[in-house]
Amino acid sequence: MQLWKKAAAAVIITGAATGTSNVWAQAPKTGDTVHVVVQPEPPSLMQGLNQNATTNMVAGNIYESLLRYDEKLNPQPSLAKSWEISSDAKTYTFKLQEGVTWHDGKPFSADDVVFSLDKFLREVHPRWRPIANNQIDKIEKVDDLTIRITLKQPFGPLMLALEPASAPIVPRHIYEGTDYRANPMNNTPIGTGPFKLKEWRKGSYIHLTKNENYWLKDKPILSEIYWHVIPDAAARAVAYETGKVDVLPGGSVDVYDVPRLSKLPNTCVTTKGWEMMAPIAWIAINHRNGILGNKQFRQGLMHAIDKEFGRDVIYGGLGKEPTGPIASKTKFYSEDVKKYDYDPAKATELIKASGYKGEPIKILGLPYGETWNRWAEAVKQNLADAGVNAELVNTDVAGWTQQTGNFDFDLSFNFVYQLGDPAIGVARSYVSSNIVKGNPFGNVGGYSNPEVDKLFAEAAVAPTEEKRQELYTKVQQILTDELPVLWLLELDFPTIYRCNVKNLVTTAIGLNDGFRDAWKE
Amino acid sequence: MHFVRFAGSRLVKGVIVLFAIAVLNFFLIRAAPGDPAMVLAGQAGEADAVLLAQLRERFGLDQPLLYQLWIYLKGYATLDLGFSYRQEQPVLTLILDRLPATLILTGAAFIISLVLGVLLGALAARRAGRWSDSLITTIALIFYATPLFWVALMSQIVFALKLGWLPNVGYETIGAGYTGLSRVGDVAQHLALPAITLGLFFTALYARMMRASMLEVAGADFVKTARAKGLPPSIITRRHIARNAILPVVTLAGLQAGQLVGGAVLTETVFAWPGIGRLMFDALIQRDYSVLLGVFFVSSAMVVAFNLITDIVYRVADPRIEVAA
Repeated sequence: MQLWKKAAAAVIITGAATGTSNVWAQAPKTGDTVHVVVQPEPPSLMQGLNQNATTNMVAGNIYESLLRYDEKLNPQPSLAKSWEISSDAKTYTFKLQEGVTWHDGKPFSADDVVFSLDKFLREVHPRWRPIANNQIDKIEKVDDLTIRITLKQPFGPLMLALEPASAPIVPRHIYEGTDYRANPMNNTPIGTGPFKLKEWRKGSYIHLTKNENYWLKDKPILSEIYWHVIPDAAARAVAYETGKVDVLPGGSVDVYDVPRLSKLPNTCVTTKGWEMMAPIAWIAINHRNGILGNKQFRQGLMHAIDKEFGRDVIYGGLGKEPTGPIASKTKFYSEDVKKYDYDPAKATELIKASGYKGEPIKILGLPYGETWNRWAEAVKQNLADAGVNAELVNTDVAGWTQQTGNFDFDLSFNFVYQLGDPAIGVARSYVSSNIVKGNPFGNVGGYSNPEVDKLFAEAAVAPTEEKRQELYTKVQQILTDELPVLWLLELDFPTIYRCNVKNLVTTAIGLNDGFRDAWKE
Repeated sequence: MHFVRFAGSRLVKGVIVLFAIAVLNFFLIRAAPGDPAMVLAGQAGEADAVLLAQLRERFGLDQPLLYQLWIYLKGYATLDLGFSYRQEQPVLTLILDRLPATLILTGAAFIISLVLGVLLGALAARRAGRWSDSLITTIALIFYATPLFWVALMSQIVFALKLGWLPNVGYETIGAGYTGLSRVGDVAQHLALPAITLGLFFTALYARMMRASMLEVAGADFVKTARAKGLPPSIITRRHIARNAILPVVTLAGLQAGQLVGGAVLTETVFAWPGIGRLMFDALIQRDYSVLLGVFFVSSAMVVAFNLITDIVYRVADPRIEVAA
């Protein structure tokens, strides 16, 4: 036994020594090539038709939109070189970059932009469609390099709705007059971006290669990007440790692996690059189901849940406790709202006073791995401590989507992107016009308050930032009192990468358009 | 003549079985919650009724269920396995793309486990009760009982991370652009860990079965007779015991061979091996009906085929067995 222990120790020590030297021996030393993990494998890279998280991450380097955003969400030039907003805030004129070509060599012009925004995305894109139909009066070409968008009424969020996932510019010469979803070119995306799709070995990797004719001189600096499809989270961590991959995008390893990986040599970690998405994790409440429609009961639930424990123990301390529906990283956040400490005694009292009779409350967990399973278990325990008869329901992605989207739940875990502006990313979860079956990211709980509807509608089109802030502050105060959902955490998704990869995260959408400026030391 | 009639009738039965399986699979999958359009929308973080309707129309899900079944069966009758709208590719292409990787992995594991298992099992039986027997049976028991994914992860940590001998995941070195022999070597390096991991489980299974079966046969009357005749023990073991003892192993090997094409979901997932097992598992999570049905169909066709082959191998291994229809 003693001998066996010694032998084991020897293996580990020598192993550790060779392990570190090996990081370098196995690292691909082909100069400016970067290896990145992508998980899950995207269904498609045609970003106009599909906006899965990993589709955006890869295809955001193939397609471009009119604007990029810095980490303060200020618009930066992309395909639009400059822009002008009329004094009545209803006419937006965008000057386009010169000398832009599509990956197939065809020239890019205002026609492509008008086609994308007015026809293609209006038909297929669930986020662009409401903006195009409700806010925009017309989109027109002024000349080959100028377009003009005329609004029905002022709509400030427009300037935040033009990132690659929300409004990618697609080639008119390929899509005009075709059945967009059936177009065979969807398999070979043609964009204007800094990288082109070279090869996609399904189940193994996606290979992007430098666009030699990119409109921005001297960019991109990297020549190849390989996106590795590795389905197992622990194996992804080992792949980073052995040097097979250089970048672990946010969410690609389990949160409990983050501290260990962060301490590895030549390893940098950043939580930046998520300012646009600013996801908030919450528990949706089905207001139709008996006691769940009772405000006092919901306030009891909010006091019952130990949100600090959720962040520090379950989510590895990555994130910030939210105070309400608008993330603190985005515009129009207000701190002046009702707050709910973790207070089991008060929770028990409120729940009892609400007239709760011990009927079972089902908690639907989010099927995205161990972290979310643990979280659901912890919340179940919190609720039990406050006298709630809670049960866990486990399912897979399809089951979760169906149950949440079809309102077949009591409490359902979710996390939702804020998308830069409350009019785009926040209102959708609380306004009664978005109580629509089928969409798990709509107002699934059925919460309905005419005043909230009115405030959100007015705030979206209010002419000045000050006026918008005033209305959004009011809406945050009402929502934190009524608790349509139980906010848990403003999630951080740390990107882990080798420190010699420079300039990787420079925008508010991070890796999704980050490789244009990245380079390797 | 006898054999032709046998094979013919088995073939007809096989087709009927496959038809039944195809219909059953169709309804089984539909019984699961959600549909491919909902999964796509759910993963995209945004959906509205228009998008869902567009996707369902594209996927052919807006048609009545029985019509969908009819289209599916009609396609299969002409060996058209359908189209994956999620992946924008014909199902047959998707399966054929993954087939080489799967066959290499499951084939290697099959050979490793069959050879090692039979040898170790025979060795253990000959030395029954001695320390080498105990060693083999203990190791076999350990690998039989240990969850595959744990062995897979531990082997990555030890051999890829700590020792640095082998790559931990993948089919080949991505971006290296090897060709010819260096590519074969590269794939072989990547194959080592998954094939051995997967093989160990079956090795344990075969070894245990071979040992038990050998010990049973060793007590039979004809072995006593052979010994009484004065035959040397090595010949008795080889000709009389092993040949009779191998039949259950052949049965099991037939079952395993039938699953060669189905891939190995766990091993392929942990080692990021781009095989059919993962294709199927992803399709299941995504409710990619056509891919799932395609993989199910091909796998069940293989099981039917290998059952037939097993029956023929029986006859070769033991001429006393009459192949009867």
